[in-house]
Amino acid sequence: MDSVTPSTTFLVLLLPFFAALFAPLLTRVFKHNAAWILALVPAVMVWHFAGFLGEIADSEVVTGGYRWIPAFNVNFSWYLDGLSLTFALLICGIGTLIVLYSGGYLKGHEHLGRFFSFILMFMGSMLGLVVSDSFLMFFVFWELTSITSFLLIGFDHKREASRRAALQALVVTGGGGLFLLAGLLMIWNITGISEMSLLLRSGDILVNSPFYIAVFVLVLGGAFTKSAQFPLHFWLPNAMEAPTPVSAYLHSATMVKAGVYLLMRLNPVLGDTVAWETVLPIFGGTTLIVGTLLAIRQTDLKLMLAYTTVSSLGLLVMLTGFGSEKAVSAAVMYLVAHSLFKGALFMVAGIIDHEAGTRDVTRLGGLMSVMPITFGAAIASAISMAGLPPFFGFLAKEEIYYGLAHPGFWPVLLTVVAIVGNGLMFVIGFAVALKPFLGPKKPELQHAHEGPVLLWLGPATLAVFSLLTALFSGVSHRFITNPMSSAVEGEPLNVTISLIPHIGLPLLLSAVTIGFGIIAYRNVDRLRAAMANLLAAIGWGPDQGFDQFIRGLVRGSFHLTRLTQPGRLDLYMKATFILVAVCIIVPMVYFDELPAFPQWPSDPPFYELIIMAIAAIGLLSVLYAENRLTAIVSLGIQGFAVALLFMLFGAPDLSFTQFMVETLSVVILALVMTRLRLTPTDRRPMGRTILDLSIAVACGIGFVLLLLSVTQLPFDSTLSEFFTRYSLSIAHGANIVNVILVDFRGTDTWGEIAVVMVAGLAILSLIRIRARSNHAIASNDPSEEEGR
Amino acid sequence: MRTLIFSTVAPYLTSLMVVFSIFVLLRGHNEPGGGFIGGLIAASAFAIYGIACGVSPVRRALYFHPMGLAGFGLLVGTLAGVLSVFFGVPFMTGLWAYVPLFGDTVALSTVLMFDIGVYFVVVGSITSIALALEERPSD
Repeated sequence: MDSVTPSTTFLVLLLPFFAALFAPLLTRVFKHNAAWILALVPAVMVWHFAGFLGEIADSEVVTGGYRWIPAFNVNFSWYLDGLSLTFALLICGIGTLIVLYSGGYLKGHEHLGRFFSFILMFMGSMLGLVVSDSFLMFFVFWELTSITSFLLIGFDHKREASRRAALQALVVTGGGGLFLLAGLLMIWNITGISEMSLLLRSGDILVNSPFYIAVFVLVLGGAFTKSAQFPLHFWLPNAMEAPTPVSAYLHSATMVKAGVYLLMRLNPVLGDTVAWETVLPIFGGTTLIVGTLLAIRQTDLKLMLAYTTVSSLGLLVMLTGFGSEKAVSAAVMYLVAHSLFKGALFMVAGIIDHEAGTRDVTRLGGLMSVMPITFGAAIASAISMAGLPPFFGFLAKEEIYYGLAHPGFWPVLLTVVAIVGNGLMFVIGFAVALKPFLGPKKPELQHAHEGPVLLWLGPATLAVFSLLTALFSGVSHRFITNPMSSAVEGEPLNVTISLIPHIGLPLLLSAVTIGFGIIAYRNVDRLRAAMANLLAAIGWGPDQGFDQFIRGLVRGSFHLTRLTQPGRLDLYMKATFILVAVCIIVPMVYFDELPAFPQWPSDPPFYELIIMAIAAIGLLSVLYAENRLTAIVSLGIQGFAVALLFMLFGAPDLSFTQFMVETLSVVILALVMTRLRLTPTDRRPMGRTILDLSIAVACGIGFVLLLLSVTQLPFDSTLSEFFTRYSLSIAHGANIVNVILVDFRGTDTWGEIAVVMVAGLAILSLIRIRARSNHAIASNDPSEEEGR
Repeated sequence: MRTLIFSTVAPYLTSLMVVFSIFVLLRGHNEPGGGFIGGLIAASAFAIYGIACGVSPVRRALYFHPMGLAGFGLLVGTLAGVLSVFFGVPFMTGLWAYVPLFGDTVALSTVLMFDIGVYFVVVGSITSIALALEERPSD
């Protein structure tokens, strides 16, 4: 059953963008305390979406929307089911905490207002993405998240590393966005459906389509870039150049999960195929292992967390593609658990950086006594990350092993991958949460102290949620896990897992994971050294690959430009006119549509003959002109003769315009010629004269043939009758030509005058460039650019 | 080409041509003419003035930069189209008003307004090109 509540939800979707507009002003007045006011916005949004929890838990869906472009069946419509509602709550809930945290973290920053603005815009885009029903709206919001994350990663735009990271993220996720667009359009084309809600009811149309693999690859291209799957994971760790609130929000809880969201959303219609259940686990599993191994290598708290985010995304992709019902509910639970603990841990890393002045784990220690609240939040989140009771991460991990542990080569392999990955994440989690707090206090950390409430409120709240969702697992399953897993699976699922011990294979596998984790944790320094040596031995990574790719692209475009735009005007003109002649003559000969030879008019009046003779004389004198100026003026003679002919045949407007155009072209051509400082006479060698002559003759013959065949066709008078009949009666004008220009086809003319003006501006700037420097205009030759 | 005769006649010729161009512009809806032709006439008038008397007198006489005139024209043309929005009809629909003036009725319309916009774009763009070409580094 669908219930429709359009207006409030629409306003809620617009609210963050509206708030972004006012954020700079509020920040100017209230400084960092504006965070308290701005946080009300996502808080209101949480409250709004929480109102749907009851309906969604009863397996209803909420839809609404407005018609956008009815002619193309494009709507601005939203769709809330278990999947999108959970995402919406995570985005707004964690968003509230992040806004508060940003106020504390960037207190006193000169661009704090701008930062609030960006983060609210991102929140709006991400929210729009997960609630979108129509494909177009989904894609627009998907790209908006890429653009706003570009702004956020490059927030510290004076540092080259931030700019590079921002550009890299934009190139990778924006490129993926193109794949997604193509994929969505193909789905639209195959099914005729442009809305998620209808697509989910379309059954097996996509799976049985011959284009399934193409759609599959395109959708994966979008999802894997956004969710940083190996080997496209490199942009995510680099994005740690962003201020920590950004990493905590975008790169743990929200944006990077957009790809996973896409896969989960399309799982009912694209999943359950061999390709889906092979490719997703392979990429996901590889990403999981590579991510954790790279995380071990790091000593920077944020980078350690970033690489485990990569591996967690890998785990989510692997579970989504595994195919069993339990795996789906495991993916859902792990996604929620990960958002809670990873968001908190990132914020903890930020607090440590903020208060102790460093994020390097080897230079930190003994902060427990001075930062008790932060330590509490950190340790709780690390326990959830490690998958230990009594936190939600434990439930998720149990469910993972329930989902994966089946007989057979493939499930056993993936189970081993999951154990290794989870064990290594256990190590990183505790390395981040314990190392900075335990041990002797380093002397340079004497001034470290607990952060203000704005800073610790976020991680503490998230840690409490990690605990509560596990303690009251029945409630979490009813409102979050069950509706969301049912939406991903496409049929009702019921999750029952709780903190009450349940002896069985999953518990055993958990014990194995923990044992492996403890052993690895005690040898973490040795592991780190080993990984460092291994990476040094490989010496190349996708990150360098990205740079090489960009360099290659730039060099390639240089060469292409040099090939096609050598900067020699005569070559351009030759190419243009040869193409014109070929385009006119070849089809006419090929399709045998040459016009019949025209009949000589029986008795032409003598004045027409005289005018034609004048035109011919004008042309002859062009050919025999001594210098260029004479040639230009003689060309004008021919133009004037044609204008006279127009006049004789009853087209005064046309003739009038022709006179003016001829006059002005003669004047302007003459002016250009005097500026170019050319030799007064034509000194082309014989060979080139003959070549140019044949091109000119070919073009001339082509146009003659074209005009002849046009006039030999029967004349369709529908349009001219229409204009004659309605010009005066509808448009109140007797001059049909003018009425067509300014009224019937006014919008065309409007576009044309814009073109006239832009062309004028372009010509003006070309003249100016030449006037200012004595260089030739072609000085932007790529080879010179490179040599510089 | 700065002969005495030419540079003496040019200002009169230019003013005559400009007046004529406005006449052509305004009669355009019912008789041969219109904004485009009018604009071309005015542009050639300024080009002639520039050739005869140099560029700086033309620029002084125009007061505004010709490209500014073109921009103004584009704005006027766009406004003429947008006005129809306030009357609930599609973009660029002609709207007419008959205003009594000195005992006669004058037909005013967004169509005329649009034509005036075309006139200014053409005058502005072509005059700026012509004047820029006429300018010598020595000027």
